Amino acid sequence: MKIRQLSLFLENRPGQLRIPCKILGEAGIDVLTMSLADTQQFGILRLVVKDWEKAKAALEAQGVVVNVTEVLAVDVPDRPGGLAQVLEGFEKANLGVEYMYPFARGPYATLLFRVEDPDRAERILAEHGVPLVPAAELLARTAR
Amino acid sequence: MKLLFENRLFEPAEALPRDTLRALQAERLAATVDRVLKVPLYRDALRSGGVSSRSIRSVDDLRRLPFTAKEDLRQHYPLGLLAVPRAEVARIHGSSGTTGRPTFVAYTRRDLDTWASLVARFLTAGGLMPEHTVHVAFGYGLFTGGFGLHYGIEKVGAAVVPAAGGNTPRQVQLIQDLGAQVLVCTPSYALHIGEVARAQGLSPEEITLRFGHFGAEPWTEELRDEIERTLGIMAFNNYGLSEIIGPGVSGECLHRNGMHVAEDHFLVECVDPETLEPLKDGEVGELVFTTLTKEAMPLLRYRTRDLASLDRSPCPCGRTGARMSRVRGRSDDMLIVRGVNVFPSQIEEALLRAEGTAPHYLIEVSRPGALDEAVVKVEVRPGDFRDEMRQMVELRDRIDREIHAVTGIRMTVELVAPNTLERSTGKAKRVLDHRKLSG
Repeated sequence: MKIRQLSLFLENRPGQLRIPCKILGEAGIDVLTMSLADTQQFGILRLVVKDWEKAKAALEAQGVVVNVTEVLAVDVPDRPGGLAQVLEGFEKANLGVEYMYPFARGPYATLLFRVEDPDRAERILAEHGVPLVPAAELLARTAR
Repeated sequence: MKLLFENRLFEPAEALPRDTLRALQAERLAATVDRVLKVPLYRDALRSGGVSSRSIRSVDDLRRLPFTAKEDLRQHYPLGLLAVPRAEVARIHGSSGTTGRPTFVAYTRRDLDTWASLVARFLTAGGLMPEHTVHVAFGYGLFTGGFGLHYGIEKVGAAVVPAAGGNTPRQVQLIQDLGAQVLVCTPSYALHIGEVARAQGLSPEEITLRFGHFGAEPWTEELRDEIERTLGIMAFNNYGLSEIIGPGVSGECLHRNGMHVAEDHFLVECVDPETLEPLKDGEVGELVFTTLTKEAMPLLRYRTRDLASLDRSPCPCGRTGARMSRVRGRSDDMLIVRGVNVFPSQIEEALLRAEGTAPHYLIEVSRPGALDEAVVKVEVRPGDFRDEMRQMVELRDRIDREIHAVTGIRMTVELVAPNTLERSTGKAKRVLDHRKLSG
């Protein structure tokens, strides 16, 4: 059920973000969602793409540092208090959230979560009423 | 310029006729060769070369003596090059900066007296009079700057304010309240004091200082102009290194056309750093010093790694000691950042400690305002890249701490992407010095 996410190291200077985007574009890879974390000196670009293995190979071939991590996709009820309800499930499961960002496709309010222990999280979150979205379904939603 | 003063000698030895000086040097060199026979390093080298004090007939015989390098001091850590019994040692100093592997130098009571006189020479050449008050903003400690200048000022008979480093606004207040006419510190700190004084609303005319003696780091004519404008003073350059004695090896007179070497106490050579062959006057090469009167730790042909040129033509001031130019650079890759010696090998050591292995790095030094700024760019190895920001920031902070622990100074650590730092075919380019030191 876990989703493979690519994390890229970016120096904080003009043009750095365009480099991986251009490489992925030339390789014909569709970026499904992304998030950028930054400090004064460097940033980490996180991407979810259609074919992560191909994307990783294309980026690495051009010397971009890529780290593959696993994240969880959660359908959040699209109503007031929806996210609080999901987070309550995380809390009950005693899981810390490292970061999260939205998955912007389809009719759902989907969020991607990076947690301390993705394997344990996957096993126990469902028990606490957190609706996880399997990778296959997530990708299917992006089909055009 | 607020000050015009008369040219005065501290002692007549500064103006010995050159032939008298050469005869004195030969005599003192032979005595030095006798003294270093008590040092195992030199005894072995001299015996295998068949050299004794009897073979020294003129200063030209210097060529028969072995060179000494910083590494020799390290290998004989802590005081293996002592030529006197330990009981005769009156003071021990350390080479400035490097906290990783310090090197120690020792002085007898008489060495300390000589040192004070040599500092008094350049201070007098630069206008210091017994009635003056001198503000010393050098660090006091193992570093030879603070104590070296302190006792030299006392030797002249002037008053010392041993302010030491730090808290610049307070330094400005001390200078103004106590009415110091003379400032002693590194040139970059002098400019910083000037900028802080200006920020406090003090004009150069209001500042009590009239002249300054600056050293311990290479600087330029441009920086001199800026210091003089900002503080409203006349600025003098002086040179020294702890291995030879500390400050006092050479210093400028009021003509400021090079620093007069105290040649009655040190033989100076300028050599090609590759071939070690002597260079002509005016050619830039590595300066090599042989101590002529040092008792505790005499050194033969010590390679300073400082690049400069020599000028033996007569100076209008009457001093006969050869004049050395400003230090134009280094023949190794040592950097002097805010007065502290930094070697790229120390950065390597810090990276090793922080991470386990030494990745690619580049040290960039600039002087955007008054003070040096050093940035260490470190390539993140693919294996060290983590998705979590917290871990990346921790990595950077860890490198930051280790660099401070090893070098003793703060540098800005910047993580850069792998394979982005320039790879040269031969020796790796580790240092980019944007400071202009050629002026």
